[in-house]
Amino acid sequence: MSAISREEVSHLAMLARIDLTPDELDRMAGQLDVILDAVATVREVAGDDVPATSHPMPLTNVTRPDEVRPSLTPEQALSGAPESEQQRFRVPRILEED
Amino acid sequence: MATELTHHTAAQLAEGLRAQQFSAVEVTRAHLNRIAEVDGDVHAYLHIAGNTALATARSVDAALAAGEQLPALAGVPIAVKDVMATQGVPTTCGSAILKGWVPPYDASVIRRIKDARMPILGKTNMDEFAMGSSTEHSAYGPTRNPWDLTRIPGGSGGGSAATLASFTAPLATGTDTGGSIRQPAAVTGTVGVKPTYGAVSRYGLVALASSLDQAGPCARTVLDAALLHEVMAGHDPMDSTSLTGQYPDVVAAARRGALGDLGGVTVGVVRELGGDGYQAGVRQRFDEAVDLLTAAGAKVVEVSCPSFTAALGAYYLILPSEASSNLAKFDAMRYGIRVYPKGVDDPTAEQVMAATREVGFGAEVKRRIILGTYALSSGYYDAYYGSAQKVRTLIQRDFAAAFEVADVLISPTSPTTAFPLGDKLDDPLSMYLQDVATIPANLAGVPGMSLPAGLAEEDGLPVGLQILAPARCDDRLYLVGAAVEAALTSRWGGALLDRAPSLDREAV
Amino acid sequence: MGASGTGETVLAYDEAMAAYDPVMGLEVHVELNTATKMFCGCPTTFGAEPNSQVCPVCLGLPGALPVLNAKGLEGAVRIGLALNCTIASWCRFARKNYFYPDMPKNFQTSQYDEPIAFDGHLDVELDDGTTFRVEIERAHMEEDTGKSSHVGGATGRIHGAEYSLVDYNRAGIPLIEIVTKPLVGAGDRAPEVARAYVSALRDLLRALGVSDVKMEQGSLRCDANVSLRKRVSDDATSSEQKAVPFGIRSETKNVNSLRSIERAVRYEITRQAARLAAGRRVVQETRHWHEDTGVTTAGREKSDAEDYRYFPEPDLVPIAPEAAWVEQLRTTLPEPPAQRRRRLQTEWGFGDLEMRDVVNAGATEAIEATVVAGASPATARKWWMGELARQANTRGLELSALAITPAQVAELQALVDAGTLNDALARQVVEGVLAGEGGPAEVVAARGLELVSDDGPLIDAVEAAIAAHADVADKVRGGKVAAVGALVGAVMKQMRGKADAARVRELLMERLTP
Repeated sequence: MSAISREEVSHLAMLARIDLTPDELDRMAGQLDVILDAVATVREVAGDDVPATSHPMPLTNVTRPDEVRPSLTPEQALSGAPESEQQRFRVPRILEED
Repeated sequence: MATELTHHTAAQLAEGLRAQQFSAVEVTRAHLNRIAEVDGDVHAYLHIAGNTALATARSVDAALAAGEQLPALAGVPIAVKDVMATQGVPTTCGSAILKGWVPPYDASVIRRIKDARMPILGKTNMDEFAMGSSTEHSAYGPTRNPWDLTRIPGGSGGGSAATLASFTAPLATGTDTGGSIRQPAAVTGTVGVKPTYGAVSRYGLVALASSLDQAGPCARTVLDAALLHEVMAGHDPMDSTSLTGQYPDVVAAARRGALGDLGGVTVGVVRELGGDGYQAGVRQRFDEAVDLLTAAGAKVVEVSCPSFTAALGAYYLILPSEASSNLAKFDAMRYGIRVYPKGVDDPTAEQVMAATREVGFGAEVKRRIILGTYALSSGYYDAYYGSAQKVRTLIQRDFAAAFEVADVLISPTSPTTAFPLGDKLDDPLSMYLQDVATIPANLAGVPGMSLPAGLAEEDGLPVGLQILAPARCDDRLYLVGAAVEAALTSRWGGALLDRAPSLDREAV
Repeated sequence: MGASGTGETVLAYDEAMAAYDPVMGLEVHVELNTATKMFCGCPTTFGAEPNSQVCPVCLGLPGALPVLNAKGLEGAVRIGLALNCTIASWCRFARKNYFYPDMPKNFQTSQYDEPIAFDGHLDVELDDGTTFRVEIERAHMEEDTGKSSHVGGATGRIHGAEYSLVDYNRAGIPLIEIVTKPLVGAGDRAPEVARAYVSALRDLLRALGVSDVKMEQGSLRCDANVSLRKRVSDDATSSEQKAVPFGIRSETKNVNSLRSIERAVRYEITRQAARLAAGRRVVQETRHWHEDTGVTTAGREKSDAEDYRYFPEPDLVPIAPEAAWVEQLRTTLPEPPAQRRRRLQTEWGFGDLEMRDVVNAGATEAIEATVVAGASPATARKWWMGELARQANTRGLELSALAITPAQVAELQALVDAGTLNDALARQVVEGVLAGEGGPAEVVAARGLELVSDDGPLIDAVEAAIAAHADVADKVRGGKVAAVGALVGAVMKQMRGKADAARVRELLMERLTP
C-alpha cells in the first residue's frame, strides 16, 4: 500500500513553500514511498518506556550574559538582499497579516 | 620543487616553514599552481581565494622573518568546505539558491583557522547543503575522484577529500552529519575525523541537521588530521551546544600511536557493521586491519549493537525533519537568489518564495525537505520523528554498553569503494545505504575517524577503516589510527596515496 | 477582505447575554526590557534606525546559532513566580515552523509542550471591588518578529500594497507569552474582566521591572479569544452553565489599549451572538481590531493548513532551573499589586471609592511617593486626583509623564501648610514647575508668588478699598455682612492675589463693624 499520496506530497510542498511540477509530484510521491517504507522500521524498535533523545550531549542551562555585542552595519545586513529600499529589505507584497 | 611542496604532509610543511627551508608564499603558490593544473579535471574547488591566501602567506613570512612565535600550522594552506561562512568570500553550500552570496561574517572555525595564520586556498565542492554521498548533488557539477575520474569522490565533502587526494591542498575542513567527512575520506584514500558532537563550534556552518552536524579535519595522515583538529576544536560561546571543560590532546595521541604499541587497548569489532552488503575487497582489507591491530598488541573482541540496524531509518527521519526547518530560511527575502513565478502578474511574497525554492533547490534537497515536513506534520510526528528520537536513545545505550568492554570500536567506513558517477542518482535509497556504518556515530554524538586500509582487490580503489570512540575521547581515535597507519605504511613501503594517479598534465 | 469600516451585524449586548455565555482566552505578549535580544547580543533600543540592530543570528543568516540571554530566562521565571506558576524543572525550546517575511528563519524559536512556567493564577480586582481569579495556563519564552511597512495602495495597509519593506531590529527581542486558561463564569462582565486582567498584569509586570509595558509601543500586546456557548442558567458560575461545551472561537489580534480590549471583546460577543442567533456558524479565524471604527474584521482562517510542525530546538540545550536559584528569585518578587493596594488603602485611610478612582487613574505610585516625601495621604490624593490630573488631561499625558515629581508635589504642599502659599498661588506654582521653571521654591521666588504676611501693606490696601467703595462699606456697616466679599476681592486684586484672604476679611471687619 502506498504510504504517501500525490495529494499529500502536494500539501507538504505547499507547507514547505516549494512549487512542484506535476511530473515532480509524481516522481516524488513514488520515491518518498520507497524511503518511508525503508525507514518505517523505527516505529517497531522502541517501546513506550524508551525516552526520546533530542540532543546528543546532555548539556543544560547554557546562557550568555545580557551584554551588548556589536551588530552588523545596516550596509552589511542588507548586503545580500535581493532588493532593498530606505535601509529596509524590500519584499513582494504580503498576502495576509500574520 | 612545486610538486615536492604539494606532496609534503602538513606536519612537514609546518616544520619546513619554521626552519625557513621554504616560504609560506612558495607553499601557497605551489598549491595554487597545482590547482590551476589539475582542478579542471577534478573540480574540487568552487571558488579559489588566491589573493587573500597569498596575503596571509606573506604576513606569515614577514612574521617568521621577524622571529615571531607563530601557531603550529601558520603558513600551511587549507581548503575550506563551502558550507562554512567566510566573510568576503562566496559561500554557496553547493546550492543554486545561494549563488553569489557573500557572508558578512566568519564562522567560528574560520576565525580559528585565520587566527592560526593558515592561508585559505578556496572553498570546496559539496553535495547541495551536504545532502548526499557522492558530491553529484552539487548545483555546480560533480567533483571527480582523483583515483579514477569517472568515479565519485564520496560526499557530501567530496570536494575537500579530492583536494587532498589530488594534492591541491595539504589540509581541508569538512562537516559530517552522517558520514560526510568519513565516507569521502574512505573512497579517496585520505583521513577524515568527525569529532565528538560539540567539540568544534557549529557557529557559521550552514546547518543541515543541527543535532547531527559536526565539523572536523580532513588530511592525508593521522598526525595532520590531529594538528588541524587542534586548530578547529575548542569551546565557543556562540554555540550553545559547544562543549566546555578539558579537550583531549589529540596531537600527543597521534604521536604516541605512531610508535605502534597498542598494548592494553581493547578494540571492539561491531558485528552489525559488516558482513553481507559489504564489498568483498572492503571486507578483506578490514579483516587485515583487525590482524594488524592484534599484532600491535591490541585485544580484539566482537561487540554487538543491535539497534544499529534501525540507525539508517532513524537518521533519514531526524535529518530531513531538522533540515526542513533549517532550510526554511532560504526564501528569497534577505539573501540569495530571487525567482519570480512565470506567468504571474504582481506575485506575492509567498509565491516568490515557492518559485525561488523550486528553482534554487535541487531534487535531493526538495526530496528531503518534503520528507522532513511529512515526518514533523501533525498526526505523523509521534510515529516518525518521535520514534526516531527513541531509536537514538537505544543507539546511545548500545554504544555505552560496547564501550564498557572496548576502548574503541571499528568497522569498514563504507560498504563499497567509489562507485561510478551517475550510478545511484536515480536510486536515493541505495545512495543512503552508503552511510550505514557512519550514521550511528552522529546519532549518538560520538567521534569517528576513517583512515586508508588499502585498495580493494577487485577494483584497485581505496577502502576505509572506521574507528569510533566514546564521547570526549577523540584522542583514542588518533592513538589507534596512528598505530594502524604506521603498520600499514611500513607494509606498503609508503603512503597509499603514492599509488594514486598523478593527474599531471604531462602524465596524461 | 473587508475594509476597516465594515462591521458585521451585531446583536444588542443585553440580548446577546440573555442567550449566550461568553468564554475567553487571553494571550498577552510582553517584550522584556533586557539590554540585548533573546538569542543574540544585539541591543533592543526602541526606535533605532532600520536594520541597525541586527546580526547574523537575528537576521537568520545561514550558519548563525542562538544562545539564550540569561536575563531573559530570569525574567521569564520571575514572571512565572509572580503569576503563582509552577516553574518547570526541565524544559526545552521548540521551533514553530511557518513562513512569513518578517520572520528571519521562517521558524519562531518558542516553547511548545514544555513551557518554563505553568498552572498559575492572577487575582484581578473589578470596578466594584470584587475579585476575579484568572487561571494562568502557561508563560513561555519566545522571540519577536521584524516589522513590515507596506508601500503603495491607498491606505498604507497590507491589503492593496504593492510591496513591503522589512526592518528586523525587533526580530529576536525577548517575548514572554502569557496564556490564560479559558475564562469562564465572567458572564456579562467578560469585557470588563478582560480589561481588568490586562490592567492587573500590566501593573504586575511594571512592579517586577521586567518590561516597559507600553501598549502604544507594542511592548505589551493582547490577543483575545472569544467564544459563546448557550446560556442555560442566570448564574454564569453555576455548574449547569459550566457543563455546556465551548463554542467555536475567534482570535482577535493585537488589541493595543486597555479600553480597546474591553471594546473588542464586547464587539466579538455581539457579533458572534448575531451569527448564532441567525443560525450561522462562528468561523474559527484570526480577526483584526480596528480602533477607529470599533469593529473586528476577518483575517486568516485557521484551517488544516495551520501545521506548525513543532519540534525541540536542537540549537538550544534544555533548561533545568536549579531549585535554589528559583527560590532566590522568589525573594525578589514585589508585593502583589492587589495586596499592595489593600495595604495602601488601609494605611492611607481612603474609602473604597476613593481608592478605586486612584487606581483607575494610575495615581497609586505617585501618591505613594508623595506621601513618602512628606505629604499627608489626603493632600497627596487631592493634588494628583485634582489639579495634576486636570493638567495631565489637558496635555494628553499620563500622570506619570507630567514634568513634576512626587517630591516637588510634597514640597508644594509643605509651602501651603506653612502659609507661604494659598491654593490659588500653589496652582500657579504648578504651572511654573510644569513649564520647566524649576522646583516649587524656585518658581515661588522667580514669580514672586509668596503670600504677604506683613499687615502693613495689607492695612493700606484695606483702607484704600474702603475709601474707593464707600457704598459697599456702608452696606456692611448697615449689617449686610455678605457684601464684604466684594471688598475682599478688591483687596486681593490690589495685592495681586498674594494675600491671605481670611486675614483680609478679618482686617475689613475690624474696621466696618463695632
